[in-house]
Parts: sequence; structure tokens; C-alpha cells
Amino acid sequence: MLKRTALFSAHQKLGAKLIDFGGWEMPVQYTSITDEHLAVRNAAGIFDISHMGEVTVSGAAAADFLNRVLTNDIRRLAPGEGQYTLMCNERSGVIDDLYAYRLSGEVFLLIINASRIEPDVAWLKSQSAEFPGRGELQLTDASHNYAAVAVQGPHVKEFINTGIPGASSSALRVNAVTDLKKNQIGGFQFENHSVLVSRTGYTGEDGFEIVGSDEAIRHVWDKILAVGQPFGIKPCGLGARDTLRTEVCYPLYGHELDENTTPIEAGVGFFVSLDKGEFNGHAILAAQNATSLKKKLVAFKMAEKSAPPRPHYPIWANGASVGIVTSGTQSPSLNLGIGLGYVPPEFAKRDTRIEIEIRGKRFAAVVVPKPILKKS
Amino acid sequence: MNNIPSDLKYTKSHEWVRVSGDTATVGISDHAQAELTDVVFVELPEAGRKVKACEACAVVESVKTASDIYSPVSGEIVALNKPVTDNPALVNTEPYAGGWFFKIKLSNPAELNALLSPEDYKKQIGG
Repeated sequence: MLKRTALFSAHQKLGAKLIDFGGWEMPVQYTSITDEHLAVRNAAGIFDISHMGEVTVSGAAAADFLNRVLTNDIRRLAPGEGQYTLMCNERSGVIDDLYAYRLSGEVFLLIINASRIEPDVAWLKSQSAEFPGRGELQLTDASHNYAAVAVQGPHVKEFINTGIPGASSSALRVNAVTDLKKNQIGGFQFENHSVLVSRTGYTGEDGFEIVGSDEAIRHVWDKILAVGQPFGIKPCGLGARDTLRTEVCYPLYGHELDENTTPIEAGVGFFVSLDKGEFNGHAILAAQNATSLKKKLVAFKMAEKSAPPRPHYPIWANGASVGIVTSGTQSPSLNLGIGLGYVPPEFAKRDTRIEIEIRGKRFAAVVVPKPILKKS
Repeated sequence: MNNIPSDLKYTKSHEWVRVSGDTATVGISDHAQAELTDVVFVELPEAGRKVKACEACAVVESVKTASDIYSPVSGEIVALNKPVTDNPALVNTEPYAGGWFFKIKLSNPAELNALLSPEDYKKQIGG
């Protein structure tokens, strides 16, 4: 039996096509991936992201504990701020990539991938059991308590304050949702419900993510669709979410990231703070920074007419199979086959000519800088 | 509401067949194109290839995924729709006209009897 989010009946009403996504029955599209993708690039879109997990970590030792298990430096966060970060195993393989928010001095919220809730929570619990400050640490998997939506696109800032009016009353204190800057989070009252609103997203566009109870988010969904309607908002499924994030080269767990891949290999070393002190995976990540890697994530564009590249297709260079595609699609913005994949570092330089093997034939492609889509 | 022309035959895998003499034209149904949405690439078989009924011989790709197209009947591929490879969106906009894939010279016309009538196909897709 697939799990359903608080918005399941809303998706049905909108005629969504539903798929199994990591055990969740989620909308892959409502009308068309291309239309939904372009709505987010040009106007606005709303996504159900209720399947994602929420873990709260609090107490006097919370910051020190998170700095031990996560790669980014949590001390950089003032109350009301968030950061992209990664959780690594002893081998510095990625257990999950996530967003960590400091809601107040000693209270943190982690937003984790739906498919990783169980392994993440098991790992956090085992790590906290061994942590010297465990007596001053509370760790709670609150995933069942929360639903969430992402509202994304260049026009969102024009209507979000109408959807969620008023000033915040917790986390970062601002007079209106649009006063939040990138990666900031505030607690707002919405029709007698408490919701957390952050200026974050997974599309490369400006936008907000809103977390709250099932009932709160059902109301938020309806309200945002209503106030966004004059601005061209569309409900968007996981299909568009995937093409949008691929164009801007955001990694997806299970594709670019897994327990046998390090953040350095995945090209997200910017979110690894090597000088913050000891943390899980530190020694290997420090060494990888200095020495050569076995594999490196590259972005590529197809250089001749072909079917779209897809995950698991082989990557060729100099007449040999050298790597593997991890994400690939037809880019709706560029109308061109694009993708991400792992190759040895000698083939990772921009403008390197590679080939993608599609159903037994090889087609020319070229390594390009990330992100593949640059905002004008 | 799906368009299911009454003069065609259909397969369970959503291809349609238009028979003229000993030649069959093959495409995918309105229902199939609506399910795929956003067709971005069509890969057709080589002309002259001999195919068997139910053999995968073409590929249609949407933004999301690649789907095999199966020949509804056995025979030789005698014509290809070049315009649909240049403009794959024809599969979405004209599934029964400009969106056809290939023509096949029937080697066993009796196979046509095994195909679905428009009524049976309509039942199959719950229309």
C-alpha cells in the first residue's frame, strides 16, 4: 500500500497522473511536464513535497552534534537561517543531502529526502547514542506530523504575501514573507495554523517552501492556487521537479548521491566545511580535496540530434566506456538533451567531447559548466 | 474524451492500424499520446526490416521516459514517416494523421483478425 500525502485528494481532483515515488503515491504531472516546467521558469508553480521528512534536533548539545554528523558548518547559522548540507558515513559516502535550519538558539529542523527517512533517523539515533553530549540532545522524527509545499517561480513574490499575509512570529522576525532572504525561515500564522516558510527550493527559481500540519497545508495549497491564478500558477508534479533541478544541476539522492559517493566527487564540496573541526568523513574528504578523485560529476549537453539521455546510459570518451549517466532528460527550456553523469577526472573538463550510448548507438555530447541552464 | 476512429484496428499496447490493400499504416492512439504527453523524440525502424507481430520496432520518448512501439502485424517495413522524426509533437497533435510511424507490407493478413475492434479497444482503456 503506497503512502499518501495530505494533498492526495487535491491531486485526484486536478486529474494528476500518479506514480509510486519511493513508496509514496505522488503526482508526476497534471497536464504536461513541459507546460509545468515552463510555468515555473516563466511564472509560478506549486509542488506537493509532503513526502519529505522532518527531523527536529534540540538541546544545548544540538549544534555540536549536528556539526559532528553534517558536513556544512552549522555555527554559521543565526536563528532563522538555513543551509544546504550533507550527512556522511565513516567512508564519507553520502547518507543523505538535506536542509538544516536553526529555528532558535538550540532548536534545529532538518528537511530530509522521503526515501531516506528511515536510514537517516537510524543513523542519527546511533550517532547520538555515542555522542558525548547525548544528555543534552533531543532528536525527534517529526515526518508524520508535517505536510509541505514548494511555491516556485519568478512571479511568486508578487502574490505570496497575499497567500500568507502578516508578519512572522517565530524563527526570523520579518514583516512579510517576501522580507525573507534566500535560505531564511520564519514562522507565520496562517488561518489559525502555524506554518514555517523558507525562501528555498529545488528548481533554480526564486520561491518558498512552506511546512505545516496536514490541515494547514491543505488550506495553503488551495489559497496559493487561488491567489496565484492571475499570475499563471500551475500545480506541478515530480516530472517537472526533476527536469527543473536537472537543468540547474541540483543533485538528486539515488541518482548523483549515494553511500558510495562523496560530496567532493558529486561536486558539492562547497557545502563541506573542512576547517570547522572533526566530523564524520572529514579525513577522507580532506584527502580528496588535495589528491585526484576516481570519479567526478559532470554536466553535459547532447551535441547532435538524438533521443534524450537517460539514467544508466553509458558515457564514452576516446573510444572507451568511461562512465555512467545519473540523470538525463530533454530540457524543456533549451529543447535539447541534457544530463549529469560520473566520469574519471581527466574527462571532466568543460568542452570535453564525450559520447552517450543510447540503445546501442553512440551520440556526441559535450561537457558543459554547471548549471546547464543559466538565468538571463 | 479519447478519440477512437471507427475505421481502424487497435492493439492492447495502444498502436492503431489502418489497412489499405496489403499494406498497414501504424501509429499510436489518442489515448496513448495523452498518456505519454510531450513526445520529444521518435525512433523508427530501418526501411526493409522484416518484423514479427508484437516485436518492438520503434521508440517514442516523452520528457519523462522512453516507450517501445510494437508492430501489430508481421511483414516488411516499406515506408517511414520522416516528418514525425523531425517534428515529434505530431504524435500529440495528430495521432491518427501526421503522427503515423511506418507502413508495413503484410506477410500474414490473417493476423489482422486478432487485433482489437474500436469497441474492444474503448473497453480496454475504460472509455
